[in-house]
Amino acid sequence: MPIGDVLPEISVLVSAVVLLLAASFMRQQDHWRLAIGALASLFAAAVLCALQLGEPARLTFAGVWALDGASIWARLLILATTAICVALTPEWLRSDRRHGEYYAMLLLAALGAMLLAGAADLLQLVMAVLLSSVTGYTLAAYHRAWPLSVEAGMKYFLVGALTNTLLMIGVTLLFGLFGSTDYAQIAKAATDAPQIMALIGLTLVVVGVAFKLAAVPAHTWMPDVSEGAPPPAAAFLTVAPKIGAAIALARLVTIFPADVVAWRPLVATLAVATMTIGNLGALGQSDVRRLLGWSSISQSGYALMAVTAVGLNAQAIPALLFFLGAYAAANLAAFAAVTQLRGRTNLADYRGLATARPGIAAVLVVSFLSLVGIPPLGGFVGKLALFVTTIEAGYAWLAVIAVINTVVSLVYYLRVLGPVYFGDLDGPVPVLGGWAQKALYLATLLTIGLGILAEPLWSELGRVMLLP
Amino acid sequence: MLTLTILVPLIGALAILYVNEDRCRKVACVLGAIPLLLLIIAWIGFDTGAGAPVFQWVESYPWIPSLGVGWRMGVDGIALAIATMSALLFVATIAWPAETQGRPRQYYAWFLFLEAVSLGVFLTLDLLLFYVFFDLSLVGLFFLIGRWGHGDAQRAALKFFVYTFAGSLAMLLAIIALVLTTDPVTFDMRELIARQPLAGMDVRGALVLLGFVIGLGIKTPFVPLHTWLPPAHVDAPGPASAILAGVLLKMGTYGLIRIPFSMMSATFARYAFALGIVAVVSILWGALVAMAQRDLKRRIAYTSVNHMGYSLLGIAAAGALVGGGEQAARQMALTGATVEMVAHGLITGSLFLICGVFWQRGREYDLQTYGGLAQVAPRLTGFAVLASFASLGLPGLAGFVAELQIFVGTFGVYPWLAAIGLVGILITAALFLQMLQQLFFGELPARWSDFSDLGRVETRLLAVLAVLVVVIGIYPVWLLTLINSTTAVLTGGP
Repeated sequence: MPIGDVLPEISVLVSAVVLLLAASFMRQQDHWRLAIGALASLFAAAVLCALQLGEPARLTFAGVWALDGASIWARLLILATTAICVALTPEWLRSDRRHGEYYAMLLLAALGAMLLAGAADLLQLVMAVLLSSVTGYTLAAYHRAWPLSVEAGMKYFLVGALTNTLLMIGVTLLFGLFGSTDYAQIAKAATDAPQIMALIGLTLVVVGVAFKLAAVPAHTWMPDVSEGAPPPAAAFLTVAPKIGAAIALARLVTIFPADVVAWRPLVATLAVATMTIGNLGALGQSDVRRLLGWSSISQSGYALMAVTAVGLNAQAIPALLFFLGAYAAANLAAFAAVTQLRGRTNLADYRGLATARPGIAAVLVVSFLSLVGIPPLGGFVGKLALFVTTIEAGYAWLAVIAVINTVVSLVYYLRVLGPVYFGDLDGPVPVLGGWAQKALYLATLLTIGLGILAEPLWSELGRVMLLP
Repeated sequence: MLTLTILVPLIGALAILYVNEDRCRKVACVLGAIPLLLLIIAWIGFDTGAGAPVFQWVESYPWIPSLGVGWRMGVDGIALAIATMSALLFVATIAWPAETQGRPRQYYAWFLFLEAVSLGVFLTLDLLLFYVFFDLSLVGLFFLIGRWGHGDAQRAALKFFVYTFAGSLAMLLAIIALVLTTDPVTFDMRELIARQPLAGMDVRGALVLLGFVIGLGIKTPFVPLHTWLPPAHVDAPGPASAILAGVLLKMGTYGLIRIPFSMMSATFARYAFALGIVAVVSILWGALVAMAQRDLKRRIAYTSVNHMGYSLLGIAAAGALVGGGEQAARQMALTGATVEMVAHGLITGSLFLICGVFWQRGREYDLQTYGGLAQVAPRLTGFAVLASFASLGLPGLAGFVAELQIFVGTFGVYPWLAAIGLVGILITAALFLQMLQQLFFGELPARWSDFSDLGRVETRLLAVLAVLVVVIGIYPVWLLTLINSTTAVLTGGP
C-alpha cells in the first residue's frame, strides 16, 4: 500500500486523535496550548503536502485517490485556512469547557475537506462529504447553550441529511449504470451511456456536492451557520469545505463527455442561480454575519463559472484555484474582523468603527473590496482569471451575468463600509486579543499580496493538472 | 520618472497619516505639487518634431508576465496635456482651504491617493493597469464624497460608486474580449494599437466597442448614462466636485481616444456617426436641462454633460474615416476635443471651487436666494464671470479655442451634426448669463449683506487657473504643438 501518498492526511488524523486525548487530560485553562499543537500539526501536514508537488500527477490506491496539482494546491489551501481559523479560536473559546476538543474537531473537518479535493471515486467522495458534514454540524452547534448556534447546527444537519441521501441515490444510480464507482472506469464507460439516466444520477451527485459548496439548491444552511456558529467556526465552514467541494465537483463532472451528458449547462445554471440568489439575499441584510453568509453563497456561484469552463481551456483550473485562494484570504479576513470585534454583528453597531478601531475598519475595507474584485487586491486577479477563462471558453454571457452580480454585490458591501466610515461612534468597541489580531492581519496581508504579487503563484498554478 | 509621478503621491497618502494635523495641508501641497513639477519637466523634454516616437518617457517593468500584464508607463501629447492639467487642478484643490471636519489627515490622504491613481489612468500604457487605476479612482472619490460631503452624501457616494463601477466592469469585459484576440495575450497598449486585433471581426468588434462605449460613456458621461452625475456633484465637497468634473470625467473621453479610437479604428469608424449623434444629444440635452436648474451646482454639473458632448463630437468626427481622408479636418476635430478636455478641466474646476465658496459662506445652492453679490464680493464676481464666459465659449478664452476647432473640424466630416451642435453653444450662453445675473447683479438680499469675499489663498488659486484659461485663449500655440504632434499620427496624417 502506498501509505506515503496519504501522509499529510494521516498526520492530520493522528494529530486530531492526540489533541483529543490531550484535551481530556489537560486542565481547561491550559487548553490554549493545544492551539499551538494544532498549528504545528497543520504545518507538518502542509510540508508533507508540498513535498508531493514535485512528483508526477497520478492516481493511487487503485485509482480512488488523485495526487495532481489541483488536489495538492487545494489541500495546501485548506491547511492554510484551517491554520488561520485555529489562530482565531483560543481567545474565543477561553471559557468554554470543551475548548480543547474543538481543535480535534476542526482538524477532522479539515481532513474531510482535503479528502473531497482528492476524491477520484464515488464512494471516496461520499466518505469525504460525510466526514466533512458530520464534523461541520458539530462545529456549527458548538455553543450548545446558545439557541442560535443550535439552530444553525440543526438547519445545517437537516439540509445535509437530505442532500447526503440524494448524493447516495445518485451514486447508486451511476454505479448501476456503469458498473464501477471509479472515475477512470466511469469515464471509459460514459461515452455510450443512457443519457437521461446518467444526467439524473450526475445531477443528484452534484446536488450532494453543492451542499458542501453552499451552492443552489443546497445553500440555505449557509446564512444560519454564518450567523449562529462561533465566528472562528463560521470562518472555517464558509471557506474550507468549499475549496474541497469545488475541486471535487470539477473532477466529477469532467469524467463525463460534455456531448453525451450535458453537464455544462447544468453547472452554468447553478452558477447563475447561486450568484444571483446569494446576492439578492445579502442585499437586505442588516446583520453582518448573515450578510457574509449570503455573500459567501454568491462567491460559490463565481467559482462555479470556472467549473463550467473546465476542459475547454487550460486556465480554468488555475483560475478556480486562484479565485478560491483569494476568496479564502478575503473571507477569512472579514470573519477575523468580526471575531476580533467579539462577534459584533448588528449593522447599526458598526457605526463609526473607523474612529475607534481604524485598523479593523481598514481590514474590512480591504476584504470587502477584494470580495467585490477591486484592483489590485487578490479578489480582482481571481475574478479577472475567471472572466478570462469563461470568455475564452465561449461563455461570455456567463461573464456578463457575473458582472451584473458583482455590481449588485458592491451595494451591500458598501452598506457596511458606509456606516463604518461615515457614521458616528456610540459606545466603546471591545476587541478579543492578540491571537485573533495576528490572524486578522495575516489574512489581510495575504489578500493584498495575492493581488500585487500574483505572478509567482499564478505561473505556478498554470502547470496544474486535473486527473483523471 | 512617470512612475515617480504616481508613487510620490501614493506613498505620500500613507505618510501623511503620521503628520501633525496642523501641518497636514502644507505637506499635502508639497507632495501634490511634485507630480506637477515632474510632468512639466516631461513636457519640456517631450519631442514634438516630425518622426519623433508617439509614446515618450516610456518605462516598463513586468508585473504578471504570464498574463501579459506589466507596469508600463509612457505619454503621448494628449496624455501629457491632460495629465499636466490634472496635476495642476489637484494642487489647486489640495491647497484650497477646505472644511476637513476635524479629520485633515484622512482628507488629504484620500486626495493624494486620488491624485496618484488619476494620473495613473493618463500615464499608463498597460490596458489592465488602466483599469486598475480607473477603478481605484472610484474608491478614492467614494470616501471623499461620503465622508466630507453634505446633504445626503452617503447615498450620493453609494450611487456614484455603484453606477460608475457598473461602467468599469462593462469596460473590463470589453478589455478581456479585446486582448484575448491576441496571441500570446498582452495588455500592452502599444502592441494593441500596432496590431489592431479586431480588424475584420464584425460582431465581436461591435460588442467590444459597445462595452467600451458603455463603460467610458458612464464616466464621461453621455446622455442617457449621466444620471449619477448631478447627485454626486451636489453632495460632494467643493474641491472633490472640482476633481470629479475636472479630472475624472476626462478619463471617459481620454479612454475613448486611447482605446477604441486607437486600437480598433476600423470598428470605431463604422459606428462613429452613431457616437456623433449621441454627442449632439448630450450637447443639447445637457444645455437644456442645465438651463432648467435652480440649483447652482446642478446647473454647472449639467453643463459638464454639455461640454463633454463637444469633446465626444470631436472624437467621433476624427474617427469617422480610417486612413488619410479629410485628414486636416479630422485632426483639427481631435485636437479640439483634447483642448476641450484641458479647458473644461480648468474652467469647470474653477466653477466648482466657486460653488464651494457659496456653500461655505451660505450653506445654500438655490440661485433664487442670491442676488447683488457683486457689491460685497467683487473678487468672487470677477472670477465667476471670467470662468462663465470661458465656459460659454467667448473668443479670447480657452473654451473658444477648443470649440472652434471641434466645430470647424466636424463641419468637414459631419456638417449637419456640427450645425445642430452649434445650437448648444447658444443655450449655454443664455444659461450662464442668466446665472451670473441672478447671483451677482440686482438687489442684494439682507441675509447676504455680510457675505465675505474670497480670501487670499482662494484668490491666488483661482487666479492661477484663470490666467491659464486666458493664456490658452490668447496664445494656445504651446499647447496645440504638443497635442498636434499626436493627433496628426492618430488621424493618419504625415
